[in-house]
Amino acid sequence: MLTIKNLSVSVEGKLILKGLNLEVKEGEVHAIMGPNGSGKSTLASVISGRNYLTIEQGEVTYMGKNLLEIPPEVRSKEGIFLGFQYPVEIPGVSITNFMRTAINEKRKHLELKPLSGAEFLKLMEEKQKILKIQSKLTNRSVNEGFSGGEKKKNEIFQMALLEPKLAILDETDSGLDIDALKVVANGVNLLRRKDNATVVITHYQRLLDYVIPDFVHVLFDGMIVKSGGKELALELEEKGYNWIKESLKKT
Amino acid sequence: MQNNNNKLINKVTQSDYKYGFYTDIETDKAPKGLTEDTIRFIWEKKNEPDFMLDFRLKAFRHWQKMKEPTWAHIQYNPIDYQDIIYYAAPRKKPQYENMNQVDPELLETFNKLGIPLEEQKQLAGVAVDAVMDSTSVTTTYKKALSEKGIIFSSFSEALQNHPELLQKYMATVVPYTDNFFAALNSAVFSDGSFVYIPKGVRCPIELSTYFRINAANTGQFERTLIVAEEGSYVSYLEGCTAPMRSENQLHAAIVEIVAHKNAEVKYSTVQNWWPGDKKGKGGVFNFVTKRGICKEDNAKISWTQVETGSAITWKYPSLILKGNNTTGEFFSVAVTNNMQQADTGTKMIHSGKNSRSTIISKGISAGKSNNSYRGLVKMSKEATNSRNYSQCDSLLLGNKSGAHTFPYIDVQNKSSIVEHEATTSKISEDQLFYCLQRGIDVENAIGLIVNGYAKDVLNKLPMEFAVEAQKLLSVSLERSIG
Repeated sequence: MLTIKNLSVSVEGKLILKGLNLEVKEGEVHAIMGPNGSGKSTLASVISGRNYLTIEQGEVTYMGKNLLEIPPEVRSKEGIFLGFQYPVEIPGVSITNFMRTAINEKRKHLELKPLSGAEFLKLMEEKQKILKIQSKLTNRSVNEGFSGGEKKKNEIFQMALLEPKLAILDETDSGLDIDALKVVANGVNLLRRKDNATVVITHYQRLLDYVIPDFVHVLFDGMIVKSGGKELALELEEKGYNWIKESLKKT
Repeated sequence: MQNNNNKLINKVTQSDYKYGFYTDIETDKAPKGLTEDTIRFIWEKKNEPDFMLDFRLKAFRHWQKMKEPTWAHIQYNPIDYQDIIYYAAPRKKPQYENMNQVDPELLETFNKLGIPLEEQKQLAGVAVDAVMDSTSVTTTYKKALSEKGIIFSSFSEALQNHPELLQKYMATVVPYTDNFFAALNSAVFSDGSFVYIPKGVRCPIELSTYFRINAANTGQFERTLIVAEEGSYVSYLEGCTAPMRSENQLHAAIVEIVAHKNAEVKYSTVQNWWPGDKKGKGGVFNFVTKRGICKEDNAKISWTQVETGSAITWKYPSLILKGNNTTGEFFSVAVTNNMQQADTGTKMIHSGKNSRSTIISKGISAGKSNNSYRGLVKMSKEATNSRNYSQCDSLLLGNKSGAHTFPYIDVQNKSSIVEHEATTSKISEDQLFYCLQRGIDVENAIGLIVNGYAKDVLNKLPMEFAVEAQKLLSVSLERSIG
């Protein structure tokens, strides 16, 4: 589904990703862990198409296409979803209005009929029920005055509505209390299917108690320096990122 | 990124004016220029009562002594007032039983504008007094309204049928001496609308008038007068678009509202005249004087305006809160794009005790445009315990547009409270990217964000107008970028 080969990316002249390789297949959940400044969020930005980055070398292929040539809104419509680390407030725009626009733009792209107001409301109710999210949220303006937990729940809710093929969750767990964390994790698990994939970017192992990854990668200084199964996350938690640093020095 | 932005900004200007077409209907024109003879020509053409000639001539003589105001934050080439045709009327005097008798070309024009006359309007519950150039062409719903004693007609008809009402109220809120453009209008105005709501009557439908400038090189001078008697209520809608012309078109309208004791008047405007091309060529010059008076206790008047058109907007819908416990409201969204210039706002003149006023102004500037809010809040000595709340927000798109705020506050008593809040913001890259990541392209994203920003004002519009206005905001900012 997603193949990243030898990717180097710089931001304002500073090299952040240095020859990164990653392969994500359908049905898989990948966790990318790493200390602050290792390039985790830059990776999410590359995949979603933010334009402040410079691609120095390498390739990114998504569903057989060169992802780097596709504009960000088309990436979304083709099934890439980014759960933002810092969801943005859009005052005066209700979540209902925002998401109905998003879904109907996607449907237009897929040559499907737009959803009517009633159909969309029904879909929203359905998803709210599955995720156990209060209906009050959807009448509010996008992220405006939301608590940290509400913002992240809202990201998961949007993900559920858009049903992405590839979801990138950028530190969705940061700043959440345990209840909000469970709602988020529960959402990710419920939306997990054989034909989609999730990349969870996180600093802590905590989320991975609830979302069990198939693969764990350690991102350090712009490169994936270690990959393994879910036990790698536990090992990291126990030994800390210094352990990686130490082991890198030895080699 | 910068390059990208510029490309998108440049694209803005390629969006053509949707309503730029011109209908060829034979018109009955006055000769170019303005003299006392022109005034007499108009007066005769319109077969007006004698007092009107006197009024018009006084206004004209006063106007000749006045100077065009220069204090507004707008720039334009001098207007040659002798190079304007001051009167043009559709030649075929329209007195129709049904629509089939109306000039098909005229109906076609209305259809292009999306004005659903007759049946559609009835379904929507709106009566239309459609003004094509200067003469009222057709008036619907008159019967249903007249049963309640409501008068809703063209100004000319009202001058024939209710001269005593016009003599009593006309120019009592905006005297011809008020300002340069008001004097000009008073001298040469050709038509407009008159609304009279009798005591205790609640007007059952929204009243609406569509103004449209048509004949080439013809100034449009409209005059509207609304009188709400004690305990009455009316909601009045005004909306306009104009065909694309290369010359500048002068528009100097007057709107007067009189609200008596316990009466309430809501006046909503959607203004979408031709703004000129991307280089600032052409477009309508819109110099409007709108003023209402809450004459007696507990009266209430609200102005709601969505201004997206015109090359130049000079407009300050104002209120005099004369009665005690009166309420005045001004809700405004003004969009400028390309080379448009708007200097708009309001005046709230409090002279009644416990009077209240609210001002919410949302300016949106894109392209190389300039958008200014200019507002006066005055609490006179007598207006004890009065309050005003003003909120003036500006939203900038791109980095070549300007937003300005000129608030004037004059408080002459100690018990009144005046609050003023102002913000300036830009659509952020982060907001745009958030929308893009959800599959919403830049144009739609700007439409969403701008409509969200203006929501507090759009909510004040009557339902059918609100939907129209939302679309208009998005269309006006098509291919612009933050």
